[in-house]
Amino acid sequence: MSAPQLEILAIAVVTAAGCALVGVFLMLRGLAMLSDAISHAILPGIVIAFFIVGDLSSPWLVVAAALTGVLTVAMVESLHRTRRLKEDAAMGLVFPALFSLGIVLITRYAGNVHLDVDAVLLGELAFAPFDRFVVGGHDLGPRHLWLMGGITALNLTAVTVFFKELKVATFDPGLAASLGLAPGLIHYGLMTLVSVTAVGAFDAVGLVLVVSLMIGPPAAAYLLTDRLNRLLLLAVGLGAVSAALGYGLAVVLDGSIAGGMAVGTGLVFITVFLLAPDRGLLAVVRRRRRQRWRFAQTMVAIHLAQHEGRPEEDEESRLDHLHGKHVGWTPEFTSRVVDQAEGAGLVTRRGDRLWLTDAGRTEAAAALRG
Amino acid sequence: MNAEDQSAEMAVQVTDLTVAYHERPVLWDVDLDVPAGNLLAIMGPNGAGKTTLVKAILGLVPPAAGRVLIHGKPYAKQRSLVGYVPQRGSVDWDFPTTVRDVVLMGRYGALGWVRRPGRREHEQADAALEKVGMADFAVRQISQLSGGQQQRVFLARALVQDARVYFMDEPFQGVDARTERAIVDLLKDLRAQGRTVIVVHHDLQTVTDYFDWVTLLNVRRIASGPVADTFTSENLRLAFGGRVEFLHRKTPVEPSAPGTDGPVSFPGRIQP
Repeated sequence: MSAPQLEILAIAVVTAAGCALVGVFLMLRGLAMLSDAISHAILPGIVIAFFIVGDLSSPWLVVAAALTGVLTVAMVESLHRTRRLKEDAAMGLVFPALFSLGIVLITRYAGNVHLDVDAVLLGELAFAPFDRFVVGGHDLGPRHLWLMGGITALNLTAVTVFFKELKVATFDPGLAASLGLAPGLIHYGLMTLVSVTAVGAFDAVGLVLVVSLMIGPPAAAYLLTDRLNRLLLLAVGLGAVSAALGYGLAVVLDGSIAGGMAVGTGLVFITVFLLAPDRGLLAVVRRRRRQRWRFAQTMVAIHLAQHEGRPEEDEESRLDHLHGKHVGWTPEFTSRVVDQAEGAGLVTRRGDRLWLTDAGRTEAAAALRG
Repeated sequence: MNAEDQSAEMAVQVTDLTVAYHERPVLWDVDLDVPAGNLLAIMGPNGAGKTTLVKAILGLVPPAAGRVLIHGKPYAKQRSLVGYVPQRGSVDWDFPTTVRDVVLMGRYGALGWVRRPGRREHEQADAALEKVGMADFAVRQISQLSGGQQQRVFLARALVQDARVYFMDEPFQGVDARTERAIVDLLKDLRAQGRTVIVVHHDLQTVTDYFDWVTLLNVRRIASGPVADTFTSENLRLAFGGRVEFLHRKTPVEPSAPGTDGPVSFPGRIQP
């Protein structure tokens, strides 16, 4: 791997980590799509700041984006507060308005300069290594790595220092407010971080796909843990893996890095979704199937226990009774269940007649007790 | 604190509280005085503004007018004296956290910004869980709890707040009889310690058993005072719109009626 490739990989990983940190809280607040809205709506802020400073990696762009992001949230909320619109409709009005303003500004005034629509929408990480951060003649690496590294460090600091406040404001805003922990302030603080992160991330994945890095890794991590601190760590880890995988894909396929990273995020999510040990789809299906067989065995035990010691016992305890008109199982299912029940020591079989064991009696009694 | 000071001291004083959502008044000019050391039920029909009253007192919804004093001073200065138990359904029980962690949140106010709970707070949380019979659940993920267990956890969280005035929004909603009993015992414990507990309550039948003060609300304050004087059929008719039908006519209704010493039992029913 060449030095520029390593640098691109580093930027991709740092970007994904920064996005995952704020994304976890967006997801838990049910605001996943707000990340999409904000990342689009900050465009005019970026463009105007770019006109003034003429540099895409300038910290001023970050400041402008943060202001635009907060403005977006405030506009959505004040529209919503009129009670003429639902919140999602307000979002759907505000962000395209700002986004389109940004697009018009770019195409009208900046079409031939360093800022073009494609780069903003889809990101252009491939050229990032050419833009160096040079201090006193020393090359300290790509400027974008410093910018995004700073943003990720900011997010990490905020999430660490205000962990408790973010947690309570997200879980129970009413309690947070009654405790004087200003959930409104926390909300706007978080939205500021989201805006700042989005402007840092758009070079890597483009504004259109920022949402994938903010929500994909947290959503995957959510399937792996039920502790907030581990959720944050896992989201960062999975984000980094997604970014690396995505960059690898882009190199192998000679395609867009932004597209590769979003695809990488999707692949990681799908993998976790299928294979997560407890909440993954396969684990759930396996558990359900196991429960079905287990339930059927218990049913056999209960059936035998109900008729034990009664006149009809012999009749009711015959194997064909289970798949006959009474229980309604197929002969194949019955013989498998009975085999399993015998293996589990719940019943014994002599010819066509089933006998309940002590273990079977206990099982039936326990099941009936609930 | 001796009994006389207590009776003299007002835990909560609400004056002329009005709350409006978009010009529609939800609470109209409500006055409320709650002497310290009482269990008070806030009752009223749906949409009467019970939850809004609590939220307005706590500053969670902005009042259009009015003043709130907690133990004689504005709420903002007395935050640390106040504990709040929101409706169980108001939070996401799939949130990735443990039972103990939720209880620890009750200490967040005392800790203030940035400081993290330490060993002392953990011990307090575990002691509170012990008190509500949830000690074995401390490290459980909260999504595994039943409704009654969730309510107990919320109560444990309120206990660690160590407040002098508690506000609880429908703590009995959807809990089984055993949990309800346990909650009532806890409320009475709190009262015995001289604390004030204000509960948004629904069940007319249990008011006289559980509470010693009652406020009847229907956008305006209909009546407020000791249960024996206030929880009358007349006031209930005013609050619930004349639709309260009493199952047992022989039940003593008016406090002035002879032979009604002690708590009045009041099996009533609201007709739709």
